[in-house]
Amino acid sequence: MALKGNLRDFSTTQLLNLINLARKTGTLSIDGPQPAQLSFREGKLIYASLGNGQNDLAHVLFEAGKLNTKQLQIIQSRAGRTSDKQLGHLLIQAGYVTQSDIIQSVRQHVLDIVYKLFTWADGHFRFDANRLPEPDRITIPIDLESVIMEGSRRLKEWERLQHELPNLDVALRFTERPDARLRNINLTVEEWRVVSFVNPRNNISQIARANNLSDFQIRRIVYGLLQAGLVEFVRQQRTAPVVSKTNSTAPPAPEPVEQQSPSVKRSVVHRLIERIRNL
Amino acid sequence: MQAVKMVVTGPFSAGKTQFISAVSEIDVVSTERRISSAAEQIKETTTVAMDFGRITVGPDLVLYLFGTPGQRRFDFMWEILSEGMLGFIVIVDSTRPETFREAKRILETFETYASTPFVVAANKQDHSDAWEPDDLRIILSLQNGVKVLPCVALDKESVKNVLLELLYSVLERMDEEDR
Ligand SMILES: Nc1nc2c(ncn2[C@@H]2O[C@H](COP(=O)(O)OP(=O)(O)OP(=O)(O)O)[C@@H](O)[C@H]2O)c(=O)[nH]1
Ligand SMILES: [Mg+2]
Repeated sequence: MALKGNLRDFSTTQLLNLINLARKTGTLSIDGPQPAQLSFREGKLIYASLGNGQNDLAHVLFEAGKLNTKQLQIIQSRAGRTSDKQLGHLLIQAGYVTQSDIIQSVRQHVLDIVYKLFTWADGHFRFDANRLPEPDRITIPIDLESVIMEGSRRLKEWERLQHELPNLDVALRFTERPDARLRNINLTVEEWRVVSFVNPRNNISQIARANNLSDFQIRRIVYGLLQAGLVEFVRQQRTAPVVSKTNSTAPPAPEPVEQQSPSVKRSVVHRLIERIRNL
Repeated sequence: MQAVKMVVTGPFSAGKTQFISAVSEIDVVSTERRISSAAEQIKETTTVAMDFGRITVGPDLVLYLFGTPGQRRFDFMWEILSEGMLGFIVIVDSTRPETFREAKRILETFETYASTPFVVAANKQDHSDAWEPDDLRIILSLQNGVKVLPCVALDKESVKNVLLELLYSVLERMDEEDR
């Protein structure tokens, strides 16, 4: 009866397979890097929460881009104990979101969480039969077969990226090779955001944090940029830049996340002029 | 290694990609897509994410040119792009007066993001129906200190001139700030 153990011995994939095949109803709690809970009804995934807080409808809609910061703040300060279901009705009636916005956003939130669990290699888990989420929560039944397939696919990709890019504490810079294979690269908005932070002073983790990207997402993007020859690693000499910034007496920020060239010296401008004249 | 950034902006089809290509030592990294919306169907492709060009000055210094996407629905990229730039260039298609109002809006938006110097390139001056740079100055209600430069983005020398004028403006601004 007791369905408990550690992911080291029984993986997320195996757990979900079991729950699916046995058509189980209940809640799976995992103590991984963050506490996670997945709820199931008759073998279908219906709800997920990760960490403490940020799983309420307002946050879910905000993360999905359906509410802006201001709207989120208003809801948080005024809505008090309004349940997710009530809030959903209110927002639909007020015309802020549609029913399908809510369903899609909640579904995506649940999937994002469960896919993350596939990468957890360690953590105690426990399945409480017949325990279900609070009744005020919005639940959406999702078939586990497709979740397991997609999760496994992502796990493979994650393992490969982890292998290719084990260390996120290194910085990136643009390649100097004039023959870099820059033809026909299509950059997405997300990739572009990352590109705009490429600077020997920012390591990959910092870029990820500045752009609110997960380790998986940043690895995927950086790997692509590396493959395309657009960026390269900065070798481990985190010394001062060769050309000092205008205000070299300014104390270095403890965790700098810099865009390019916040300030530039006059001599640099002269060099640029000289170079362009001779183009 | 220091990276210096300049932004090349302007309305749809003004010649931003062409401008960057004229001087970049790498093939411009851009995301050209066939155009779907009929309203914007005056040419076959448009830049949907960004243009990205490079001019290496030395082993320790490189200039990057970033072009903004032409279509309005990518406006949210502007603020990200403008961070840390040395200056910006607003490219205007001098033959299409219907875009001048949009050029003005773009220019004013960029000014709110950063107080860096900028110049206006009155592009496509090789066309007989191109409007004069001086007329554009009035239409865009530019202050006297802002340069409006005749430009033909197909011509490298012309593009070099615009870049140089922007750099001169940057130097002038530094002089003013020192005073
Ligand atoms: N005759 C002439 N044609 C030009 C000039 N500059 C650009 N063009 C042409 O104008 C068209 C638009 O140029 P692009 O460089 O694609 O314009 P863009 O601003 O990048 O356009 P979007 O990215 O779609 O906003 C192309 O067909 C260019 O070849 C110029 O100075 N003279
Ligand atoms: Mg373009």
